[in-house]
Amino acid sequence: MRKPVLLVMIGVAGLLLVRNLLVMAQLPDEVMQGAIFRIIFFHVPAAWTAFLGFFAALVASILYLVRGNLKFDAFAVAVTEVGLAFGAANLISGMIWGREIWGIWWTWDPRLTSMLVCWLLYSGYLMLRRAVEEPTQRARVSAVFSIFAFADVPIVWFSIKWWRTQHPQPVVWGGGSMDPSYWNMLFLNWIPFLLLGLVFVAIRMRQESAKREIDAIRRMAHAI
Amino acid sequence: MRYARQILTVAFKDLRSELRTKEAVNASVSFSLVILILFSFAFDPSAESTREFSGGLLWIVFAFAGALILNRSFARELQNDCLDALLASPVPASALFLGKSVANLLLLLAVELVGLPVFLVFYNARIVGSFWTLFGVMALATWGLTVVGTMFSALTVNLRLRELMLPMLVYPLMIPCLMAAIQLTTVLLGEPSLDAGQMVWLRFLVGFDVIFTALAVALVDTVLVG
Repeated sequence: MRKPVLLVMIGVAGLLLVRNLLVMAQLPDEVMQGAIFRIIFFHVPAAWTAFLGFFAALVASILYLVRGNLKFDAFAVAVTEVGLAFGAANLISGMIWGREIWGIWWTWDPRLTSMLVCWLLYSGYLMLRRAVEEPTQRARVSAVFSIFAFADVPIVWFSIKWWRTQHPQPVVWGGGSMDPSYWNMLFLNWIPFLLLGLVFVAIRMRQESAKREIDAIRRMAHAI
Repeated sequence: MRYARQILTVAFKDLRSELRTKEAVNASVSFSLVILILFSFAFDPSAESTREFSGGLLWIVFAFAGALILNRSFARELQNDCLDALLASPVPASALFLGKSVANLLLLLAVELVGLPVFLVFYNARIVGSFWTLFGVMALATWGLTVVGTMFSALTVNLRLRELMLPMLVYPLMIPCLMAAIQLTTVLLGEPSLDAGQMVWLRFLVGFDVIFTALAVALVDTVLVG
């Protein structure tokens, strides 16, 4: 994408975030949790964006294996990295929230554990990329890994859920319903997250194509 | 039929070459013994409470020992360009992969069968359930480990830092399989038989094996041949 488009997207995302923050300040405090509950508006959209990124990485990886176009590989690495960044945002905001409400930074609740495993899996993807020099081999190897990782995510999720049902349950914010205004806020706050994610992906893809160009020039120089 | 024969040929070739040198198996057995001894310092091995996480202990040892075997699986073929020769042979890549998986399964099971009695002696435990059920669980979980591990052994064979990459990539993927194995093994070490709740884990283990075997067989061609 062109630079002005990206700048506009960042601007829109920033404006939306400021607007959402102002609205959030107006929302009444949650009865049980007080002011800290507002972290949910960052915590949950971050997780959604992360999983969307991992799903996009799966699609791009399959497309790369079918078509063999390195553009798909560049897209896959871009969305995986952005997904990891939002995943980290999700984990860290969740830990801060947990510290406030549960009094502990971490608990081995299924949701927390699955997210952490998922995060570790995809950070393995980035490590794997660093270990391969040759671009097409790197693309192929990491595409295969991405498919394996995505297949593992639901399995991890269900297994950890079963695992925990056989053990004492940690004190979790038990299933309850949320006010529609909260839901609206969640989705409204997701939009700037998505915009920001898109901008990051675009920048990252541009870096990847620049890297390919540099590699090609270097190879040409060697040939001469 | 022909496909099965190709798988067995590759498996026997791998087993033969491993049994001649015993490189990976020796390292794997002694490594698992070392970890078992290390664990005895981490917590009191004779305490009753150890029984509650005996399955976890055992499977962590097996997973570590397995990485040593799996690392060698494809790396062994790098010398004298054996891997290229294998790929050029009329054996399809998936048969090559399955043959190597079978060989790794048998090797790792052998290591486990050495490690298990040592564990039982050192940790003052005994198998309350039937041995054959436990063996079945071990075979299923080990197949899960080897099928994922062999796939990643193929994936990382040409990388630098191969020995480091394999465990780093494979352990997070294996978590569900290990969890099921830990759950079932702990039960079988303490109780006479599996109840309905634990049968779910057994089915889960079978599901894990089926899913990842299918995925690996489908993708191994792209990994090895390109």
